Amino acid sequence: MDNRYIYSLIVQNRAGVLSRIAGLLTRRGFNIETCSAAETDNPGVSLIVVVFRADEKSALQIKKQLEKQVDVFEVRELTSDSSVTREHVMVKVSANEDERINIISVAGIFRANIIDVSPKSMIIELTGNTGKIDAFIETIKPFGIIQVARAGMIGIERLGGAPLMHK
Amino acid sequence: MIKTGAQIVMECLIEQGVDTVFGYPGGTVIDLYDALYEYSDQINHVLAAHEQHAAHAADGYARSTGKPGVCFATSGPGATNLVTGLATAYMDSIPMVAITGNVNINLLGTDAFQEIDIYGVSFPITKYSFIVKDQKDIAKTIREAFYIAQEGRPGPVLVDILKNAQAGTCEYEPQVPRAIVPRTRNIKSEDLAAAAKLINEAERPMIFAGGGAIAAGCSENLLAFAEMIGAPISLSMMGLGACPSEYPYFTGMLGMHGTRVSSKAVSNCDLLIIAGARMSERVTGNAKTFAKHAKVLHIDVDPAEIDKVLDTTTHVAGDLNEVLKALMAQIDQKEDMTWRNQILTWKKEFPPIAEDIGSIPPARLIRKIADKLPKDAIVVTDVGQHQIWTAQYYPFHYPRTFISSGGLGTMGYGVGASIGAKKGNPNRKVVLFTGDGSFQMNCNEVITAATQKMDILIVVVNNHVLGMVRQWQKLMYHQHYSQTTTNRKIDYVKLAEAFGAKGYDVSTMEELDAILDEAVSQEGPVILNANIDMDVNVLPMVPPGNAYNQQIFSIEV
Repeated sequence: MDNRYIYSLIVQNRAGVLSRIAGLLTRRGFNIETCSAAETDNPGVSLIVVVFRADEKSALQIKKQLEKQVDVFEVRELTSDSSVTREHVMVKVSANEDERINIISVAGIFRANIIDVSPKSMIIELTGNTGKIDAFIETIKPFGIIQVARAGMIGIERLGGAPLMHK
Repeated sequence: MIKTGAQIVMECLIEQGVDTVFGYPGGTVIDLYDALYEYSDQINHVLAAHEQHAAHAADGYARSTGKPGVCFATSGPGATNLVTGLATAYMDSIPMVAITGNVNINLLGTDAFQEIDIYGVSFPITKYSFIVKDQKDIAKTIREAFYIAQEGRPGPVLVDILKNAQAGTCEYEPQVPRAIVPRTRNIKSEDLAAAAKLINEAERPMIFAGGGAIAAGCSENLLAFAEMIGAPISLSMMGLGACPSEYPYFTGMLGMHGTRVSSKAVSNCDLLIIAGARMSERVTGNAKTFAKHAKVLHIDVDPAEIDKVLDTTTHVAGDLNEVLKALMAQIDQKEDMTWRNQILTWKKEFPPIAEDIGSIPPARLIRKIADKLPKDAIVVTDVGQHQIWTAQYYPFHYPRTFISSGGLGTMGYGVGASIGAKKGNPNRKVVLFTGDGSFQMNCNEVITAATQKMDILIVVVNNHVLGMVRQWQKLMYHQHYSQTTTNRKIDYVKLAEAFGAKGYDVSTMEELDAILDEAVSQEGPVILNANIDMDVNVLPMVPPGNAYNQQIFSIEV
């Protein structure tokens, strides 16, 4: 049975790191569902969060494979019990004068923000966990989605200390 | 002091104790070769005929000496020609540093002449890779490359240096290399205690050691450990030499072409101790049935190898030599000899079988040549039937005397690897067992051995077919010998002479006897073509996917 795994990787901020990590997952037969990477408070260190599906044994194996990479300082699994995760989405939706007020009310229910309005469309942004984002997209769909831009998941453990930033 | 990037490369190689480099010049490494010209009294360069074999030579040098092998190649095709060599070293965890040139930074990414993203290409086939765009980063990078190549589980590292960085100048400060110490950071005392408990409780322990035992240089402790716990030792192909073949409790290889005794032992042991082996499917066959009744203790320097293929009872992740020493301090000397006596009985009952077919049976050929060579001769192979026959029948006595492409199975590996082995061990005999198929992939490289006046005995175990594939076609593909009958009429004596080497051609044991003394004592490379029967098989065999104890001992057509 495949489960969804979220791994948070603390890596050396070096050219090619993301490519190497993505390549490793692909090579061993995993499809990456989402991936996000950015510099941390330490400019020499980046955080990569990858989400993929696997069975338990394969997930553990991939964790060990990631841990042994020269650029990887630490790999933590983010579980729903022990961590907080967020995704971010921007949706451009058709919005003529008649529909605008209905869309604004849906956005309000989801606590989404309207960040751009033009005569025929508007852009709404929303932050939340995967379920909330999925539900929002479903709800807004009947109005006519023009484009969705969804960022990879990020997350942080509730407890636990600062990540290891050296090898 | 101010130096060019290329000079800094040389200085850093010297820092690392490198005195030998294999390579081939080209447009983007002219600066590197210009510096080499200046440092030629300290760094000896072997000019290969093809970059692939320069990489295999660096690999053979590393396997036979234990020191990292170094090769140079230019950008584009020079770099892509290294790919098979890097992949070969990667699959067998061989420490290597490959240095390539690349185009000027202002041309990078423009599809310039001979530009290729070898850095990107190298990701899945190296332990690590670097691209150096500025001369100020060269020293740091080369030092790191050598450290990564050797530390923990070794592997090849690629350093791609742009032409501008080779030519540009900057300050260079010599540095003492960072010491490579055995990796012990993952060894946990509770893991050791659990392992010791398993060992003390075992009545019939068996050791299966692989290439990790060679890399860790732990032969002495491996034997002492086996003696303490009363275990037989089986080796993977990569582990050959880690235990002398004359050791009474050595059971030979395990796996697809393993011995019957190893198979018996692994079926009957109650504890299998895997020491520095990654349990490839060529060893386990069907992993679900492998050693099903035994508990499994896995010792490996790479934690990612543990539970990868085989579920273990317990494990210790760390340098094999250190782990063995630590375990020996915690385990009891075993007095009961019942299990070991059983091994001796099986060895008597099931001696190695070799098909005695044709006028030169390959097992006899290999043993006959072994008899003529000193115990410390370095034995190199290519890939195919001859490789397994050599692994099965050559009596190895010391670690680092068997050089073969295990994981990748690279046909065409042999000549380059022999050149590297000879360069690293100029006073020792080097013999290459190759097949006609493999040799035809790399025989151009004999010119390098001839130019370097290297005494390398190349034995072409010639069945005029691609024998290993033919054997599978015979067994599993209804004797459809699709494209495996080569039918090539090569005069190996003339071929040898064309390269300035000495050639022999024999078709019977008598003919072999008549020339063998002369052939092994020749100066320079020797090509000894031995014509064998096309239908000798590699046996025993566990057909792929089958349980390891479903060995077949003959193939009837």
